Amino acid sequence: MNEKSIVEQLEAQFGDQIVAVELDAIDQWIEIQPASLIEICQYLRDTDGIQLEMLNCITVVDYLQTDPKKAAKLDWEPHLEVVYHLSSISHKHSLVVKLKLDRWQDEDQQLLPDVPSVSQIWSTADWHEREVFDLSGVNFTGHPALKRILCPEDWVGYPLRKDYQMPQEYHGIRGR
Amino acid sequence: MSSQLDDQRIIEFDVRTDEMLVNMGPQHPSTHGVLRLVLRTDGEIISQVEPQIGYLHRCAEKIGENLTPRQWIPYTDRMDYLAGMNMNLGWALTVEKLMEHELSDKAKHLRVLIAELGRIASHLVGMGAYGLDLGTFSPFLYAFREREKILDLFEDVCGARLTYSYLTPGGATADLPPGWLERCQEFLDQFEPVIQEYHALLTTNAIFIKRTAGIGVMSAEMAIDYGCTGPVLRGSGVNHDLRFHGEEIYTEMYDGYIFDVVCEKDGSYPVDETYPPVPEDAVLGDCWHRFYVRMLEVVQSIKLVRQAMERYSSASGDWGIPIKLSQRLPAGEAYLETEAPRGQMGFYLVSDGTAIPWRVRARSSCFCNLSVTAPLCQGCLLADVPAIVGSLDVVMGEIDR
Amino acid sequence: MAELINIRLGLEGSAFGSIAAAVIHALLLLHVVAVGALVFIWMERKIAGRIQDRLGPTRVGGKFGWLQTLADGLKLITKEDITPQNADKMLFKIAPYVSFAASYAAFLALPFADGWVANNVNSAVFFVLAVLGLEVFGVILAGYSSGSKWSLFGAIREAAQVVSYEVPLGLCVVVPVFLAGTMNLVTIGNMQAGYFTNWFVFHDIFTFGTFWIFFTCATASVNRAPFDLAEAESELVAGFHTEYSGLRWSFFFMAEYGSMFLVSGLGAILFFGGWHGPIPLMSILGLPESGVLGNYLANLAGCVNFMLKAVVGVTVMMWVRWTLPRLRIDQVITTCLKYCVPLASVCFIGAVGWQVLDLPSPSDWHLGTGPAYKVHEEWATHTNNSAASGADDRGPETTEQYQRESDQLLPPEPDDADKPLTGSSGSPRSLTATPLGQELSP
Repeated sequence: MNEKSIVEQLEAQFGDQIVAVELDAIDQWIEIQPASLIEICQYLRDTDGIQLEMLNCITVVDYLQTDPKKAAKLDWEPHLEVVYHLSSISHKHSLVVKLKLDRWQDEDQQLLPDVPSVSQIWSTADWHEREVFDLSGVNFTGHPALKRILCPEDWVGYPLRKDYQMPQEYHGIRGR
Repeated sequence: MSSQLDDQRIIEFDVRTDEMLVNMGPQHPSTHGVLRLVLRTDGEIISQVEPQIGYLHRCAEKIGENLTPRQWIPYTDRMDYLAGMNMNLGWALTVEKLMEHELSDKAKHLRVLIAELGRIASHLVGMGAYGLDLGTFSPFLYAFREREKILDLFEDVCGARLTYSYLTPGGATADLPPGWLERCQEFLDQFEPVIQEYHALLTTNAIFIKRTAGIGVMSAEMAIDYGCTGPVLRGSGVNHDLRFHGEEIYTEMYDGYIFDVVCEKDGSYPVDETYPPVPEDAVLGDCWHRFYVRMLEVVQSIKLVRQAMERYSSASGDWGIPIKLSQRLPAGEAYLETEAPRGQMGFYLVSDGTAIPWRVRARSSCFCNLSVTAPLCQGCLLADVPAIVGSLDVVMGEIDR
Repeated sequence: MAELINIRLGLEGSAFGSIAAAVIHALLLLHVVAVGALVFIWMERKIAGRIQDRLGPTRVGGKFGWLQTLADGLKLITKEDITPQNADKMLFKIAPYVSFAASYAAFLALPFADGWVANNVNSAVFFVLAVLGLEVFGVILAGYSSGSKWSLFGAIREAAQVVSYEVPLGLCVVVPVFLAGTMNLVTIGNMQAGYFTNWFVFHDIFTFGTFWIFFTCATASVNRAPFDLAEAESELVAGFHTEYSGLRWSFFFMAEYGSMFLVSGLGAILFFGGWHGPIPLMSILGLPESGVLGNYLANLAGCVNFMLKAVVGVTVMMWVRWTLPRLRIDQVITTCLKYCVPLASVCFIGAVGWQVLDLPSPSDWHLGTGPAYKVHEEWATHTNNSAASGADDRGPETTEQYQRESDQLLPPEPDDADKPLTGSSGSPRSLTATPLGQELSP
């Protein structure tokens, strides 16, 4: 089954929860609502014929142009995209699922955006989500133990965000 | 520096009575790099393992947002530093996928040749270090003796023994020097019989089998669930190798090559008479099978290298001239996984149309392989922990990036 | 020796002689242990290097690196003396000495040649095994007092292992004791005089098997690979001696190499004839009967022979260490309880049966010696009459004396008038020598 027919099946099942579909890209992707992530992922993993049983990677891309001149020419608003790469070992096909999020739930209080955790569906998501939380600042609700994995436990800030500044000092070591 | 008492880097655990909280690493002779394993043990029996990583985190992904793809190649070397060529290949192919850049046949055969030699070198380390974990020193040195010869070959090609930066988007930085193919042939002819030494010392050794057979058994479902790939996945009986089943831009490199996927199919491996049979104590998915898969992959790689050498000599075209240093990338994104020695190494490249990528992401195979340590080590003995971690063959550089 | 010193210095009857003798013996043994450790460490590095396709030490002291260990020893002595903060200071400091003392003390009863033993204990076998088992105290103290969990792991494993392996070790050792009829190591050695067919290891198939089990258990009780999980580098950093550095650490290693030499030497005496070679070269040359100097030279040759055999045993232990992986603790104990103990028991019963049924054995050929002793009967007879025969409680010092005393107790054989009795050239008096100070009774 190729990606096109997977997408067709998904659209038939979930219809309105699929925000966008891009089949002409090099890696075809679909964009869905964060709220329906768990349902759709469960469907993708368990349905015969699709069976995307392996979660290869979770990535977060920060769409924020810090340079104001370049930002003026862009046609998108600052946002975060959570990208899930899924693949099937039994059927040798793959799919990319994307979510669009606001960069902050509440910027003043530095509240991170929420995404439901898929660690109950694919156990590998446990560590991938911790890494995404650590480096890009996305809060995964329902995660068993969401804490930093690569940076030290008491690190402040989310390094892979475009507006991240290295701290002046960390435990007496000069940052910049 | 703050005093030890308020150093928040010390994580508090609550310990029940008659349990010990033991810390293995980050400096430890057998944790394959800077890995910290916090073990909760009841005497010798482990009740919980928590691996803590990040000691080697250099945030190569952030650096990738400031460099052109060709400039970022050295950072891929330093991820899985024991299989630098394969890391380079993964990134080079990802960029070529985005750019839809075509390679000549000669360049493809060259890449197969180099990547498979790199696979042999990497598996030699994995094997030798595994013996070291279990207490036998000599196979480690024998494996390194052979690896030295491969590194000498690589040094002739690109000038470096460990951090090659040889395979780049567009091809490779230089062609093979004259006489290299003969030296490679010599090495292969001398290496094949030596593999029997490793069988005598490790694969069929009664003590080795006692230490690895039936330990750390992982079912196929669990392996897929935890995202394990490579020999770890094939050791559990899942027939999946990206050189056959991957994306086309990768599998077309291996078009026409004759080799087997090393995986137990219907109870047997694709072996010849020189290979020892599976012992009765070994259960599919245990440490012994993962080790055995690596041993067999070495033989398959030798076959591939021989075929690649022939095809390279008779192929036409250039050896793969690299793209310009500041080549503008088309807007879009591409994700590609390749079969690195330790598993499926994925690279994700998001480009906004300029020469510098918008986002670079490395999906490390060992990252997922290591995450399975926690459920695997539960209930085993303390001495089994290095056996299990060693069979996963992790390299911290790739995990932490 | 004590009386000899007294006589020479004209201080008859004083304690000076005994003390001087004790000091001399102690120094000699200390040299054996210390210099032995030096040589063994060098040998280990060379053997390990060669097995691993490299050279080993090649610089210090010429092309073969003879003095490498000396240089390392000097470095260790000059190191800073570090005691961890959490450690129990006093126990931490005495632990290496306890280990070393146990290993060294066992040498007191180990004979190097006929009569060349610091103290000819009548139950030497028992003494050696018992004192050797005390070494584990040093290890436990070291592990416990280091204040580190890794050391504690190593110590507990070691305790379990050594204690378990004493059982099959004891069983294995009882077999040659049974064949000899005495626990006196000098006597056991002398019983195997002559050609190698007299060696106990070739006495019967069960004793042959016993030797291999003995060697395995001996390797386990001195914590060498594949049973070396007390110091397992890949899991426990360095096990019970993780926190030790400098001279304290070197004491542990002197104890280890000393113990290796000791159990190999014990095996050599019990099974391989001790100081009696495969061919009785010295008695062929007639040296022991040609005066005091000749006797001394014969004994010296015997001593060298004995040490060579022990060194071969140590070399085999090293060879095994650098080849095989390490066993897990539960596998070690399983090997002991499920394999070594039953096998040792079977060999013991077999050897006993062989003797009781008086089945033939190579020692019946009496190559190089006089008539075979039916020792077990006479040993029993001898002890019953020890007071009567006037011998002191230390037992017969020499086989000649033994033969003389036992023949006094037996009724004379009716027919074999020309059967050689005491003092004939065929008997193993070839290698007898009275211990210094004890004169041959007239």
